[in-house]
Amino acid sequence: MGKKTVLFIVKRLVIAVVTIFLIATITFFVMNAIPGGPFNSEKSVSPETMAALNKKYGLDKPLIEQYGNYLKNIIRLDFGPSLKQKGRSVNDILVDGLKTSVKLGLAAAFLAVGLGLILGTTAAVFRKRMADKAIMLFTTASVAMPSFVIGTFLLIIFGLYLNWFPVDGSLKGGMVMPIVALALYPTAYITRLTRTSMLDIMGQDFIRTAKAKGVGNLSVIYKHTLRNALIPVITYVGPMIAYIVTGSLVVEQIFSVPGLGRAFTSSIINRDYTLIMGTTIVLATLVVLMNLVSDIMYKVVDPRVDLN
Amino acid sequence: MAERKFKRTKNFLSFQINTDKLIPATSEEKMQASLMRDSHTFFRDAMKRFAKNKIAMTCAVLMLIIVLGVIFIPIAWPYKYDQQLGMSLYGSDASYNNLSPMQYGETEQARIANGEKVFPHLFGTDSLGRDYFIRVVYGTRISLAVGFFASILVLIIGLIYGSVSGYVGGKVDLVMMRIVDIIYSLPDMLMIILLSVVLNRVLGDNTSGIFDKLGTNMISIFLVFALLYWVGMARLIRGQILTLKKQEYVLAAKSIGAKPGRIIAKHLIPNCLSIIIITTALQIPSAIFTESFLSFLGLGVSAPMPSLGSLASEARAGVFTYPFRMIIPALFICIIVLSLNLIGDGLRDAFDPKLKD
Repeated sequence: MGKKTVLFIVKRLVIAVVTIFLIATITFFVMNAIPGGPFNSEKSVSPETMAALNKKYGLDKPLIEQYGNYLKNIIRLDFGPSLKQKGRSVNDILVDGLKTSVKLGLAAAFLAVGLGLILGTTAAVFRKRMADKAIMLFTTASVAMPSFVIGTFLLIIFGLYLNWFPVDGSLKGGMVMPIVALALYPTAYITRLTRTSMLDIMGQDFIRTAKAKGVGNLSVIYKHTLRNALIPVITYVGPMIAYIVTGSLVVEQIFSVPGLGRAFTSSIINRDYTLIMGTTIVLATLVVLMNLVSDIMYKVVDPRVDLN
Repeated sequence: MAERKFKRTKNFLSFQINTDKLIPATSEEKMQASLMRDSHTFFRDAMKRFAKNKIAMTCAVLMLIIVLGVIFIPIAWPYKYDQQLGMSLYGSDASYNNLSPMQYGETEQARIANGEKVFPHLFGTDSLGRDYFIRVVYGTRISLAVGFFASILVLIIGLIYGSVSGYVGGKVDLVMMRIVDIIYSLPDMLMIILLSVVLNRVLGDNTSGIFDKLGTNMISIFLVFALLYWVGMARLIRGQILTLKKQEYVLAAKSIGAKPGRIIAKHLIPNCLSIIIITTALQIPSAIFTESFLSFLGLGVSAPMPSLGSLASEARAGVFTYPFRMIIPALFICIIVLSLNLIGDGLRDAFDPKLKD
């Protein structure tokens, strides 16, 4: 690694840390801007009880002090108690949700990368032939469908009419449809990315050299072309995670998967402010970190890249 | 023939002049030389290329039909988007709720039996007995409007920020771009959800006019677009301006004393017009995506105003009994986003043929 790469990584790290700090700050002040305390929606609380509640959660202190405490708690990964799910801390809910959501997200990510690479390579190899046209049609159509549309269509077709998979995500085999719903858009995107970069590389001199010295067709595709074509795909890993995270919000809701996405959506509807804050910070940090990793990997894998 | 013979015999070092070459051109010959083809502006050339792209043109016509329909159908349609057909002065008539496409309520059936003509409910009615077709039309209208205005907002902010940053350069550029970097790395969807949740409560009922109808959610969507989505555009514009400002004509403008504002507005921005058009065209579908996503989560337009996302979201409750109510708005979203994407791709190919793969 050259000096430049190290500098680049340091710069990226700084930006990531600033971003995460900013997210925490925005979340805090924005949530504090909501008129009335978090207990205003409770059923007729007497002023004494309200004061006691505020004191218990440290809401009687000045805002700056609250902010300090809040940051301290975040560093200790303590997001406080849930306001609506009595007796449960936000941490419990997060850990519970993450167990399911991480499985779902990882499965979708692997499916997307695997399938996307295969389809993209096929399309590039059979350029302007039937296979290419069919694959491009599929990607164009999938990119135009929001995740909730994909989700409900899958639900109606495979859950209701064909009855192949259970419509409830918590049942056995119920995760198949959510995974497909989440993976479809990234698959299409990776397919296009792979195809474009494969075509770009296929036209380069070293491929012609390889062919000229008699390397077999398959070997040229897999060893020489695909390896180089993989590099741009790495840049998409970060955005893909972001897409899967936001997509899981609706997909988990549609298929009633007991994950973090569903916890988040229901916390929005219930106005469970601490849970909203905790989930936002955790998910946002996840996205920022994944972007960081994919940026750094891109730079390390291909030192020619000048990201600035 | 004689001339040729003469030429061949001529010594190549000879200074003898071929007088034929000095005969003045006739006016006809002059016309031939000068009027080969009408001069075309870059924009017209691009449009011509665009018109040749069959897929993009089909989509453009389709979008035109949708836009015209969305504007004019509500004027002519006999039902209103928030009109509960079963509701009358004499109480409510449940037979109007949840009608399948092309069915009629009880009183309507009686009127048909009497020989009257009743306007059909093309897509049936929803659970509150509202004509679903007109709701879909209104929903499309809202979704398109949100996409369009959000993109314009993004365009204006990104354009100003990007061009200032790119033109001024130096430390200003550095600071401005670090801000962009940080906003760029914020997970936009999560921030949008957070802001929507909060703005909803903060703005409360303090709205008036058109926004009162659309609801605070719409304001928060626009605010969020204005706050977060412009960064991509700003980066693009800055990059363009950076390369353009080194061109000679900018130097020429500077040398005759043009002010920076004029140079940016008159020389730099017109020259990155193609990239602006392409990016804005592709921004609209992504804004529609975002709006439908938020509406689906219940953070979109407020009832009874529909948007395609909120229609799909409402239909989720009875999706197994009335799947068509889900399928119709979903299909509309797909068609709109797909055609806008393809139009954007077409524009890109037309304005920048080099980019075509």
